[in-house]
Amino acid sequence: MHDASDGHDTLHDHAPGGGRHTRGGVRTYLAGLGFAVVLTLASFWVASTQTIWGPSVPVLLAALAIGQMGVHVVFFLHISSGPDDTNNFLALAFGIFIVGLVVFGSMLIMSNLNSNNMTPMANGQMQMQR
Amino acid sequence: MLGKLSWDAIPFDQPIPMAASLLMILAILAVLATVLLKGWGPYLWREWITSVDHKRIGVMYGLLALVMLLRGFTDAIMMRSQQALAAGDARGYLPPEHYDQIFSAHGTIMIFFVAMPFVIGLMNFIVPLQLGVRDVAFPVLNSISFWLTAAGVLLVNMSLVIGEFAKTGWLVYPPLSELAYSPGVGVDYYLWALQISGAGTLMTGINFTTTILKLRAPGMGYGRMPIFCWTALASNLLIIAAFPILTATFAMLLLDRYLGFHFFTTDGGGNAMMYINLIWAWGHPEVYILILPAFGVYSEVISTFSGKALFGYRSMVVATMAICMLSFMVWLHHFFTMGAGGDVNGVFGIATMIIAVPTGVKIFNWLFTMFGGRVRFTSPILWSLGFMCTFVIGGMTGVLLAVPPADFVLHNSLFLIAHFHNVIIGGVLFGAFAGYTYWFPKAFGFTLDERYGKAAFWFWLIGFYLAFMPLYLLGLMGATRRMQHYPETDWQPLMIVAMIGALFILAGILCIALQLYVSIRNRVALRDRTGDPWNGRTLEWSTASPPPPWNFAFLPHVQAPDAWWRMKQAGQHTSVPGAERQWHAITLPRNSPVGFFISFFAVISGFALIWHIWWMAIIGIAGMAASGLVHAWRIDSEIEIPAEEVAAFEQARQRSAAT
Repeated sequence: MHDASDGHDTLHDHAPGGGRHTRGGVRTYLAGLGFAVVLTLASFWVASTQTIWGPSVPVLLAALAIGQMGVHVVFFLHISSGPDDTNNFLALAFGIFIVGLVVFGSMLIMSNLNSNNMTPMANGQMQMQR
Repeated sequence: MLGKLSWDAIPFDQPIPMAASLLMILAILAVLATVLLKGWGPYLWREWITSVDHKRIGVMYGLLALVMLLRGFTDAIMMRSQQALAAGDARGYLPPEHYDQIFSAHGTIMIFFVAMPFVIGLMNFIVPLQLGVRDVAFPVLNSISFWLTAAGVLLVNMSLVIGEFAKTGWLVYPPLSELAYSPGVGVDYYLWALQISGAGTLMTGINFTTTILKLRAPGMGYGRMPIFCWTALASNLLIIAAFPILTATFAMLLLDRYLGFHFFTTDGGGNAMMYINLIWAWGHPEVYILILPAFGVYSEVISTFSGKALFGYRSMVVATMAICMLSFMVWLHHFFTMGAGGDVNGVFGIATMIIAVPTGVKIFNWLFTMFGGRVRFTSPILWSLGFMCTFVIGGMTGVLLAVPPADFVLHNSLFLIAHFHNVIIGGVLFGAFAGYTYWFPKAFGFTLDERYGKAAFWFWLIGFYLAFMPLYLLGLMGATRRMQHYPETDWQPLMIVAMIGALFILAGILCIALQLYVSIRNRVALRDRTGDPWNGRTLEWSTASPPPPWNFAFLPHVQAPDAWWRMKQAGQHTSVPGAERQWHAITLPRNSPVGFFISFFAVISGFALIWHIWWMAIIGIAGMAASGLVHAWRIDSEIEIPAEEVAAFEQARQRSAAT
């Protein structure tokens, strides 16, 4: 946990864990690139094709986007559930937690405001604008 | 060529801003002239402006906060005197458009440029020393953070002389802050100043979170970390999570104002309520960013001056982290009346009340720490006791406001104003002063004068109660906030009492200034040679006062919580080589002017963007990029302190402490 052992310690002006770029090596990055490219192409295909039932397209795109984030986290940011990754893992969990709170909290609040404050007619207009 | 800028921007026809600007310019010129005539320029440049030492940066943050406290308080006393005068048919001495700028500037300055720098300054100075390390994780980034904050301060103060400040209140709610209703440069000054300083704050958050998680003295596990470091960790996690929301929200408002977007406008499908939702998703955690480190200060002060370990260390840590999480789940209570339904208001109201539980745990922990201890009534402990009494009142009015039906009666009234001043003055500011008095001897090697310190405390405490208790009453009587004048002459006596309270606070501020002056004059008598004037418990007291640039000649080995207390009991010392140890050279980061230059260009681009001087904005942004690039290609990033110098310093310290 501490690189500051007794005596000959120095303070480095770089990120902790910054010296780990050897882990995994080129193969991991290439695999990650491969997955990322496949997921990106799949997204474009889903968006432009006619073979998929229309309403399912946004759901599929969201799933592909989440997959894409996972690929980035695992292959490029090297965050795993290993013991020396506890901080990074907790930081990621905290980040997801906060983003989730803010996004879903905002959606809850705004939809509640809209349903409370819009007259039925104005509500209809809101629907039209979307 | 100069965008919207012309001679009209300078308010020659308004005597009050002109006099204030003149005074400010004269003060700046006087400081610059003194520096030049005395030949201090090169010293200041080498040792302070380009410094990447966390201790120096911490001191500069503190100085910035104290100076801006004067500016923010000037606004406060103008508002109090205006409201003491403008009852019935009277209109006071401040015209509405000027009064509106004053209350907006007061809130903005007090939160962003007094409370934040004060708290961040304390964290800067103390966290690495308490962790037993030599600097923060990214020292140069730390310097950049500080100078970006200073850039924001400069822009806000420029608005006094050139142009105007926002007239919209301290959070610039749209649609009022949109171009259609605020066509002037006031809102732009606000937005750019806070975007620039907010970037600095975010980098501070990253820096300190990394420092606390990754750089700790050998043996200092999470369970042995001083409580101030825990609160600093919680506060910086909140900074990382919350400040991006602020930046994004302001960015959307900027797009509305500059490029005709419709995020928050009244037309084109914009929704101003979304701004209020987002700004408070930042704004509520911000409250805890400020108060949590203050809780940490009180914990350290109470434990030290009671001569006891903190009661319930673990429950304190759990309470701190619980508040850290809960603070993100309550933001709707800032806009109960905006129109959400009873169920949503109820959820957020209950969540708000739940926060009172871990806060109450803390109050009991402090009480039980003092219980059975021999409490020394120095001024830091007076600030802490004053805090406990005052904050409990503020917390309870907060729980009252968390009840949505009560909030419908009290929202936007002076009751609310009294509530948040109650927790911010009684919580954050008292904590900042407690920390300032407590750690001053560590920073400068001599203690602060106690007589003036105690006088400052009593003036502040009495002044606070006189100034804000009447505001609770006025709020219950129906007085709203931000009134330039009011028809009810019945309110005037209470308004006058509030103004007398502000005068008491003025006396408190004068005492703090005098305390500094008297202490510097008597510094020989007040000198502390031991480095541990209060019989402290944590590692910052184990090194010299002021600490050498390397903080610790040998990194301390931590075997228990309250590490320094245990070491003292075991007769150990951190600056003496043990049997198996040798003096050795220490590598430190080299000073760098990159923070100063980036911020210099940030001011230029901010000013240019406010006034729509596009060529100048390009120069500013290019300058920032160039400063960063020059720094990235630096050759020498470290200096080495030879072993002899370390040995000479530490041996001289031993001799001086022995005499």
